[in-house]
Amino acid sequence: MTAVAEQTGAWLAEFTGLATVAPWAQELRETAFQRFAKLGFPTTHDEEWRFTNVAPIARASFKRGLAAGQVTGLTGGAQAGTLEEARQHLGRLAAFDQNAFVALNTAFLENVVAIRIPHGAVIQEPIQITYNGVAGHATHPRLLIVVGADAHCTIVESYTGAGNYFTNAVTEIVAGDRAVVDHYKIQRESLEAFHVATLAAQLGRSANFVSHSISLGGALVRNDVNVVLSEGTEATINGLYIVNGAQHIDNHTSIDHAKPHGTSHELYKGILDDQARAVFNGRIIVRQDAQKTDSKQTNKNLVLSDDAVIDTKPELQIWADDVRCTHGATIGQLDAESLFYLQSRGIGKQQARSLLTYAFAQDIVDRIKVPALKDSLERILFEKFHEHREK
Amino acid sequence: MALLEIKDLHAEVGGKEILKGIDLTVEAGEVHAIMGPNGSGKSTLAQVLAGRELYVVTGGQVIYDGKDLLAMSPEDRARSGIFLAFQYPVEIPGVSNLYFLKAALNTIRKSRGEDELDAMDFLNLVREKMKLMEMDQTLLNRPVNAGFSGGEKKRNEIFQMAVLEPKLAVLDETDSGLDIDALKLVSTGVNAMRSPERAMIVVTHYQRLLNHIVPDFVHVLSEGRIVKSGGKELALQLEESGYAGLGIHDEEAA
Ligand SMILES: Nc1ncnc2c1ncn2[C@@H]1O[C@H](COP(=O)(O)OP(=O)(O)OP(=O)(O)O)[C@@H](O)[C@H]1O
Ligand SMILES: [Mg+2]
Repeated sequence: MTAVAEQTGAWLAEFTGLATVAPWAQELRETAFQRFAKLGFPTTHDEEWRFTNVAPIARASFKRGLAAGQVTGLTGGAQAGTLEEARQHLGRLAAFDQNAFVALNTAFLENVVAIRIPHGAVIQEPIQITYNGVAGHATHPRLLIVVGADAHCTIVESYTGAGNYFTNAVTEIVAGDRAVVDHYKIQRESLEAFHVATLAAQLGRSANFVSHSISLGGALVRNDVNVVLSEGTEATINGLYIVNGAQHIDNHTSIDHAKPHGTSHELYKGILDDQARAVFNGRIIVRQDAQKTDSKQTNKNLVLSDDAVIDTKPELQIWADDVRCTHGATIGQLDAESLFYLQSRGIGKQQARSLLTYAFAQDIVDRIKVPALKDSLERILFEKFHEHREK
Repeated sequence: MALLEIKDLHAEVGGKEILKGIDLTVEAGEVHAIMGPNGSGKSTLAQVLAGRELYVVTGGQVIYDGKDLLAMSPEDRARSGIFLAFQYPVEIPGVSNLYFLKAALNTIRKSRGEDELDAMDFLNLVREKMKLMEMDQTLLNRPVNAGFSGGEKKRNEIFQMAVLEPKLAVLDETDSGLDIDALKLVSTGVNAMRSPERAMIVVTHYQRLLNHIVPDFVHVLSEGRIVKSGGKELALQLEESGYAGLGIHDEEAA
């Protein structure tokens, strides 16, 4: 057997054990599985995975778990859709021809959470979808959110769990013209878990899309965010990753300005301690058509130890000429002068360090518009940095 | 026993010796002014007293309140009553003034064996001191010094001093960059804190400040040594004839 076949063999057994679904969905699954079997898991020779070795996932064997997303907040016209309703969108945005994990997710299509926001509906309450990982299991959460034109909504995806398991999630969001979508993904997986997730969003004309990806947990984490803008679309793609111990987090984003007058703001901030490793790769595409694009990308990293490693890279593909694109990345330590200033006022060194670390994350937390979410995140971060100083 | 006793203090930064044997004794209740050309080591002395590690002490001794000051961490120095008003106050985005000052005051109070102030008492105290410094209360919710004007930063330093009530305050060029009104305000704030238990070391380039904060002693620092000490009239003399009158050349000009 070839290496690829060895890896995919175990998944084949699980795949054949799946309950059958409607013929069109079955066909999609099979195509996806074949694609997965052909691609195999990526290796570090693959440019997209250069810094992230997924061998621990490829080597592990997991039982097939049930990706049962708990959905709350379906009010004011927001509706749960069926697999049948999802048909026209599923797999259209999250392409699986190049991404083995998306292919695997699509092959195990089951329990799709499909949510539809009708045209013009303004949904006040956040719609929350929560997944809970169970030791020894692999799950493939699949989320599809279709937001009608002029509709407003807030989506919160959360991932938690206990033990060693594998979450392989795919979220597709279709936002209609002038839709306003506020999206959050809160990844608090167990520190032994593997988490691979792709968010693919297609944004309509003059739509306003804000997405925050907060990554705190997981042993090995990879997030892909791929958004495609239309004319006059405004997209804000922010992220915060906080890793320590031997955690590995890889954030790959791709912002595709397909049409003119689009605006994108991207701010990813990372805090690394111990032997943690982080990767940020920010691709910005400005198509030939996309004149008057305004795009700004920033990646800032705070490195608290000597052994933590960050690889950060912007990747600009600009085919239009009348555009404004800026990008910048920083990697720094806690500012010695600020530390001394706090200490000179009686604040202990460790407390001063946690205060400044917390302050670094503050501007991302401040942008969270769901009060309960913001509060809980503030509490989590406070505890995290407090814990850290106690150790 | 003197509150502060500095004996033959030597310190270097980046391998370069800056302080070359400082001797200075400060009693409780006294105000000492330190003057001297740019680069003579005034801020180095101030930072060494506050415990900045960047400046390496290579010799000498500092006894503060009967303790070996140089063996103490910066936070312990602050907790035992030392306060440095920075020449260049640091901007700290993401940490609000209010949170910062409350954390500072409560750790200092705890180490003095006092109870922590609750939110209401703290706010009342802070409001009273802000009024004294004519500071806008909205500054409380802003990050520490971030986006403050030069004058606001200096006033914020004196405001912090008023809240923390140190035993020994070292004011490093708190007058620089202040207009006449702000200077008066800062001086009033400082004078209000003069007391028989409290000592101050005031670093300045100008007599102007010393008209408001009248010192008991004036010292001239040059090339890392105190080359002349006297009463308040020494500052006036310097104003008249400059450092050259003392046979000192300006180091940056040299
Ligand atoms: N971090 C540093 N690295 C290298 N040299 C330094 C550093 N800080 C200060 N120095 C040098 O030490 C010397 C004394 O500086 P210091 O700031 O103590 O002078 P000062 O008397 O306070 O001057 P000023 O009146 O301009 O504030 C100067 O030559 C300065 O360049
Ligand atoms: Mg100075």
